[in-house]
Amino acid sequence: MEKMLVSPSPHIHAKRSTTSIMVDVIIALMPAVIVSILFYGWSELMILAVSVVSCVLIEWLIAKFLFKRAELFTPSAAAVTGLLLAMNLPSTTPWWIAVIGALFAIGVVKMSFGGLGQNLFNPAIAGRVFLLISFPQQMTDWTAAPGFIHTTDAISGATLLGVYGEGGMEALQALGYPLDTSLFFDIGGSAGEISSIALLVGFAYLLIRKVVKPWIPLSIFGTVALISGIFYLADPMTFTGPAFNLLTGGMILGSCFMATDYVTSPMSTWGGVIFGVGIGLIVMMIRYFGSYPEGMSFAILIMNCFVPLLNMAFHQKKYGRA
Amino acid sequence: MGGVHPNDSKLARECRIETLPLPPVVYVSMAQHLGAPAKPVVTVGDFVKVGQVIAEPGGFISAYVHSPVSGTVKSIGPRKDLAGNFQTHVEIAVEGDVWMDGIDRSDKLVKEIPEDREEILKKIQMGGVVGLGGATFPAHVKLNPPAGKVAECLILNGTECEPFLTSDHRIMLERPREILVGAAIMQKVLGGCRCVVGIEENKPEAIAAMRAALSELGFPDMSVQVLKKKYPQGGEKQLIDAVMHRQVRSGGLPIDVGAVVQNVGTSLAVYEAVQKNKPLITNVLTVTGDDVPVSMQHNYLFRIGMPLSYIIGVAGGRPQQAAKIISGGPMMGKAISNLEATTVKGTSAILYLSEDQTRRQEAGYCIRCGRCADACPMGLEPFLLYRLTRVADLDGLEKNAVQDCIECGCCLYSCPANIPLLDYIRQSKGQVLGIIRSRNVKK
Amino acid sequence: MTNTIIWTVVILSLLGLVLALMLFFIAKKFRVEEDPRIDEVEKVMPGANCGGCGFAGCRAFADAAVKAPNLDSQFCPVGGNEVMKKVAAILGYEIQEKAPQVAVVRCNGSCENRPRTNEYDGAASCRIKAALYSGDTLCPFGCLGCGDCVAACQFGALSMDPETGLPVVDESKCTACGSCVKACPKHIIELRNKGPRGMRMFVSCVNKDKGPVAKKACAAACIGCGLCAKTCTHDAITVTDNVAYIDFTKCKLCRECEAVCPTGAIHGVNFPKPLDREGIKKRIADRKAKAAELAAAAKEAEKKEVTNG
Repeated sequence: MEKMLVSPSPHIHAKRSTTSIMVDVIIALMPAVIVSILFYGWSELMILAVSVVSCVLIEWLIAKFLFKRAELFTPSAAAVTGLLLAMNLPSTTPWWIAVIGALFAIGVVKMSFGGLGQNLFNPAIAGRVFLLISFPQQMTDWTAAPGFIHTTDAISGATLLGVYGEGGMEALQALGYPLDTSLFFDIGGSAGEISSIALLVGFAYLLIRKVVKPWIPLSIFGTVALISGIFYLADPMTFTGPAFNLLTGGMILGSCFMATDYVTSPMSTWGGVIFGVGIGLIVMMIRYFGSYPEGMSFAILIMNCFVPLLNMAFHQKKYGRA
Repeated sequence: MGGVHPNDSKLARECRIETLPLPPVVYVSMAQHLGAPAKPVVTVGDFVKVGQVIAEPGGFISAYVHSPVSGTVKSIGPRKDLAGNFQTHVEIAVEGDVWMDGIDRSDKLVKEIPEDREEILKKIQMGGVVGLGGATFPAHVKLNPPAGKVAECLILNGTECEPFLTSDHRIMLERPREILVGAAIMQKVLGGCRCVVGIEENKPEAIAAMRAALSELGFPDMSVQVLKKKYPQGGEKQLIDAVMHRQVRSGGLPIDVGAVVQNVGTSLAVYEAVQKNKPLITNVLTVTGDDVPVSMQHNYLFRIGMPLSYIIGVAGGRPQQAAKIISGGPMMGKAISNLEATTVKGTSAILYLSEDQTRRQEAGYCIRCGRCADACPMGLEPFLLYRLTRVADLDGLEKNAVQDCIECGCCLYSCPANIPLLDYIRQSKGQVLGIIRSRNVKK
Repeated sequence: MTNTIIWTVVILSLLGLVLALMLFFIAKKFRVEEDPRIDEVEKVMPGANCGGCGFAGCRAFADAAVKAPNLDSQFCPVGGNEVMKKVAAILGYEIQEKAPQVAVVRCNGSCENRPRTNEYDGAASCRIKAALYSGDTLCPFGCLGCGDCVAACQFGALSMDPETGLPVVDESKCTACGSCVKACPKHIIELRNKGPRGMRMFVSCVNKDKGPVAKKACAAACIGCGLCAKTCTHDAITVTDNVAYIDFTKCKLCRECEAVCPTGAIHGVNFPKPLDREGIKKRIADRKAKAAELAAAAKEAEKKEVTNG
């Protein structure tokens, strides 16, 4: 070095980059990905691959040829979106539906707002909801091909929440209210719903690596547990209980990985708590009183709208100011 | 609240303080302190002795400057400082080492403190003592609170929270008794308040040395408090919060909550000025850097006015991998663009950083992770201030307290997208402070 | 069924009527009396809202113009004389035409002329760089090259030349709004008269250092030697603080200063012919010789007169 570098202070930087954060999120999703591949086999692997590759590719194409600003392309963030999108799809989804989902998630929800950090809605969830509305049949077909692990249960073709939504508590009890299975693998559902344990292991990794803070998931879980607890105690024959609600319908995936998305969640702790409580309330209202069985996606999208407001309303406490 | 935990890299912690040999010529800056530059009172051709006043204060907030060497004044005129800006310097060609009469150069500890408060303050002022924690604020002004304000606690800052720096650590190890006598002098000036010496937990030897010296001297109302290792623990406001659990309100001074904070180095300078009649012409600096061999790591007792290139030469030359040379610590120090600049009273380190460690990565896009807000020790939201700065919304900036920024650098340090947050915030802070000042003047 | 329809129509109509009345009265009550000429003036303004006139935007300019007793203190640099004529016509004022101006970058410290002595690694902003230190060359006065002026220009008239690291003004796009002048922390950019057919002279340097220091920092620096001022026959050049300045209101575009400048700091642009240095130098020499001759003759004559007298 002949010429000295000169810059304003500080002169050192923490060894943490946007890419390393995104890679951490991908690592955290791996346990759930592995379980789902074991469970659903090659079709699941293909849907994951198609989704991730198309998200990255679409973002690159848009950044390079539409905006002509290559720096807008962030492969790691696009890969996370692709991974999350795939984990929200049934393993039987035709590959072209995943591509359409990726196009909507990246092209419409993310890049049209200006790319990384600018989007109002979580791209993966918005993509999933878009597909759900456009292709309702394919998107709720849970009849999966058998994977590498064969379970004694036949794969029934409906999620637990689906069963509850259709036939109420009676239908659920006819199945034997199989809560224990969903702790390790659901009887049906997308990759992100299969194993609560695997998802929580991944989330613990995120917490240890200080990628996210636990306040948003905790406030969602707390609200869901409280509301379903009250309803369940009031009428256990009509309403499902807290444990059931916490472990089904993408609750863990949504709370730990999608609601905690930096861009589309509030920045302050208290803003995050309100955000979480809002999600919990909406998801329980949809599940108990709505015509749609699940509701996590809608709840997160609705609360995404409030993020700018929450960011304006809640600031962190400043030093020396009452 | 806030703060970051960079690797503390105190590589030169074992190196004893060495005295630098005298260079053939020194250039003494007239702008070594916060406030108005000093006015030279010598003329070209004068022979000056070590410790002789060569410049008088240029205003109320200003300080005396003394000759660090004996010799002939060669020139008085503009010379580039380490940022390449012109400042008035007095050039002195060194001849021998003749000290002014009355300066006690022995190592003997003088414990008896003068009785008269005014006399002590006068000695501190005449000794040109300024705060050595970074801001170089004239010490006699800070030690003389305005009427109606009472100091409850003198906080001696021995945190040295900046990575790499070890000069405060070394003086606490090698001259703890002098530091404590200096603290006792300041206690007396402030009207007998208590005194807490705050030291970060990563300096157990310094804590032990200071405690031992304290029990030996037996000063009442003085204690050593161990603080958590965190940057910026040694920020004035953060230190007051940590020691007294009080927060200085925005725009206020530490004395408003009854606190006076002085660096341990300042305390040593006060001791020397009051007890030994020795003005502030020497200080300790660390020469260090990442990947720099041990033989090139030093803690030096230097005299003001020594060219930085001279010190680097004595210390073994500029290491090959040094891409950036910094005067001070890596978080708040100034990058040196001109090695011919000279040491000033507040110089604390010459730090070499390798390109790997210091070159800024290309800035990406904010992903709103909130790390900057978590890191900010003042509870500000740097991402927001940055955005407001880019659109020049000065009202919004003032509302969001940009003027409270202490420029510690935690936000830029922690940003995963490498956005130059502080670079921009520093700009708008200056503008907003200017607006507030002119508004106050109008009132 | 019919009942429902009738009721719907009636209720909606009534609602519409009530709301219309409310709107009417509110509009009446809170009506702000505004001079209609403000709208008229605003219509002829360029609508760039650049603030180059010193007002917050075109409407603020129009408002001030209507209220002012004359237009002497107002000028729209973007619209120029054309727009000002229209404004004057609407308001019935007289105006004096102003010479069209253009932004001029007064630094020629390209990478070649002005070697870099260190590498700036901070945020790409001239203001931040200027606040930090004297810059990455030995010249503390010259262009910092981070492009604050380019960012400030709303008309796309400025761009950075990657070769030289200096901003370049596109004369056809420059409206002389002055945004770049304000944005430059080193005050290098100046608004100067465009000159006949764009021809103009200027000193492309603002270095106030003494000659040798300036020369060491930059090969194209003005060293304040004063040759240009001595040569100029129009009294247009002054040298203050070791740097020459050409007063564009006095300059007659003779290009003599350009020819004599030892460092090439004086630039003449848009001249149809390249600079004939030798020709001009000869012209100056001839003039000097003639002047000397005349002086000698005058002296002689004086002498004669004395002896005769």
